[in-house]
Amino acid sequence: MVIQNGKTDIKIKAESKNLNFYYGTHHALKDINLKIIDKSVTALIGPSGCGKTTFLRCFNRMHDLYVGNKYDGSLLLYPENINIISSSIDPIEVRMRIGMVFQKPNPFPKSIFENVAYGLRVRGVNRRSQLEDKVEESLRKAALWDEVKDRLHGLAFNLSGGQLQRLCIARALANDPEILLFDEPTSALDPIATAKVEELVTELKNTVTIIIVTHNMQQAGRVSDHTAFMYMGELIEFDRTEKIFTTPGKKLTEEYITGRFG
Amino acid sequence: MDQLSKEQIKKLIRSHKLKDNIFEILGLILLLCSLLVLLALIIDLSTDGAARISKSFLTNFPSRFPDKAGILSAWVGSTLVMFVTAASAIPIGIAAGVYLEEYAKKNLFTAIIEINITNLAGVPSIIFGLMALGIFVYKFNFGPSILTAGLTLGLLILPIIITATREAIRTIPSAIREAAMAVGATKWQTVKHHVLPYSTGGILTGIVISLSRAIGETAPVITIGALTFIAFLPNAPISTEAPFIHFDWIFSPFTVMPIQMFNWVSRPQQEFHVNAAAAGMILLLMTLSMNAIAIYLRIYFRKKIKW
Ligand SMILES: Nc1ncnc2c1ncn2[C@@H]1O[C@H](COP(=O)(O)OP(=O)(O)OP(=O)(O)O)[C@@H](O)[C@H]1O
Ligand SMILES: [Mg+2]
Repeated sequence: MVIQNGKTDIKIKAESKNLNFYYGTHHALKDINLKIIDKSVTALIGPSGCGKTTFLRCFNRMHDLYVGNKYDGSLLLYPENINIISSSIDPIEVRMRIGMVFQKPNPFPKSIFENVAYGLRVRGVNRRSQLEDKVEESLRKAALWDEVKDRLHGLAFNLSGGQLQRLCIARALANDPEILLFDEPTSALDPIATAKVEELVTELKNTVTIIIVTHNMQQAGRVSDHTAFMYMGELIEFDRTEKIFTTPGKKLTEEYITGRFG
Repeated sequence: MDQLSKEQIKKLIRSHKLKDNIFEILGLILLLCSLLVLLALIIDLSTDGAARISKSFLTNFPSRFPDKAGILSAWVGSTLVMFVTAASAIPIGIAAGVYLEEYAKKNLFTAIIEINITNLAGVPSIIFGLMALGIFVYKFNFGPSILTAGLTLGLLILPIIITATREAIRTIPSAIREAAMAVGATKWQTVKHHVLPYSTGGILTGIVISLSRAIGETAPVITIGALTFIAFLPNAPISTEAPFIHFDWIFSPFTVMPIQMFNWVSRPQQEFHVNAAAAGMILLLMTLSMNAIAIYLRIYFRKKIKW
């Protein structure tokens, strides 16, 4: 979908319309209306427990894994204009198009190669050469290739925390996702590993639409183009990142980013 | 509250340490006691039976003459029964465990199934024997055969295998399932590529331990009518002529190690008691080596997986 915004056209990749989410009886997301702009980085910020993770996990239907969860409203994916959370859409299809990187690196206890190749294997790709090409390409995109190219068949969990997180990014990239979801991807990493991941995010936005949850205001400022501020399950404000951090429209947003609560 | 003085802190630590030490010593003593009992048992068995162990003891059929009697039919019978037990209980047990952990919705129905599995594990084995006598021997007409014994012991260890499978699966963090599903894996792919491979160590350990329990079971096997004196072997499962693999052995009468032992012990002649001790040593050797395999498997698979 394309909307006019002054001189430039802005392409929208996804849009939530009156999105509600319930953990059993707990109403965790309340009428979220948000447009995710194509090939850009959108940051989700807000105090702990405000629903950032919950919102992010709607995009790849991760909530379907557990009983008692309920979606309501719509979460549209463009250009097809399909409703991601509708029960007529197969979550597998959604997950093949929308990748996720979790807060804690979660590699499989398999080799580095098999970790990255897993998405392809799931799709039935088994040709060695095809797998090798894609694994190398993904590891290069994740800026990990040089560090692991000599030990591709060694076990993944021998890597450092930062390398593991980039491995998980490579695993998600191997599927050529249209949207990549990051849930506090650097909260377990040291500053150097964090910088690497941030650099990667900035680079990736040329090809992928990125949504990133972060607790780190500086990080949101550094990597994102747009920022959404959430509070108690509601979307309080959404705007360009500079605007949010310099002249926020809502008092609550200002209090949060200046560190007066949260 | 006032700050504790240095003296008071030291006193507190001393009293805690004392309790620590008392428990440690108590635990060690109890452990040694139970080990000693086991050791005494093994030594007693060996001093009685060692003299009788020889190649002919393993290759002879039972006989009226104690020095000619052997355990050939018993160990072959035990092996074949274990084969049927494993072939029936392992696939069903693993499938049930995977279903309950990964697929079953938590509702009244699955809750009832779970309670039943737990109860089943506590049912005395002779009850299994009686049930098998009614169902397998008479209803299905399997007779007092290897098949009947194998299936009976299979039922007996099924709850153990189900529980072991479930416990092994539960150690897999949900983050791993999420990682697999997040790249588009189906539930079955997640089970096949991750859940089962990562729980193999725990499942195999459970299987081996349950089989080592089954191999020593006597009551249910007597109940279904195993023979106590048998001087022939079942037809071989494999042959050199077509069709190479045969199944008529599963309907063959049989005996197993513990029954052979029981038979010898209940005879008046002292020489047969020696035979029983020797057979006991071999049975013990079988179960101990199975337990050793279980320990090895656990270590081997644990080395490859780290969460
Ligand atoms: N599985 C669950 N079952 C029930 N309630 C949940 C569950 N997960 C989260 N919640 C609740 O939903 C609300 C939103 O949680 P969520 O994890 O989305 O917060 P968050 O913004 O990601 O917080 P954080 O910054 O601490 O990660 C919280 O009140 C939380 O307690
Ligand atoms: Mg969160």
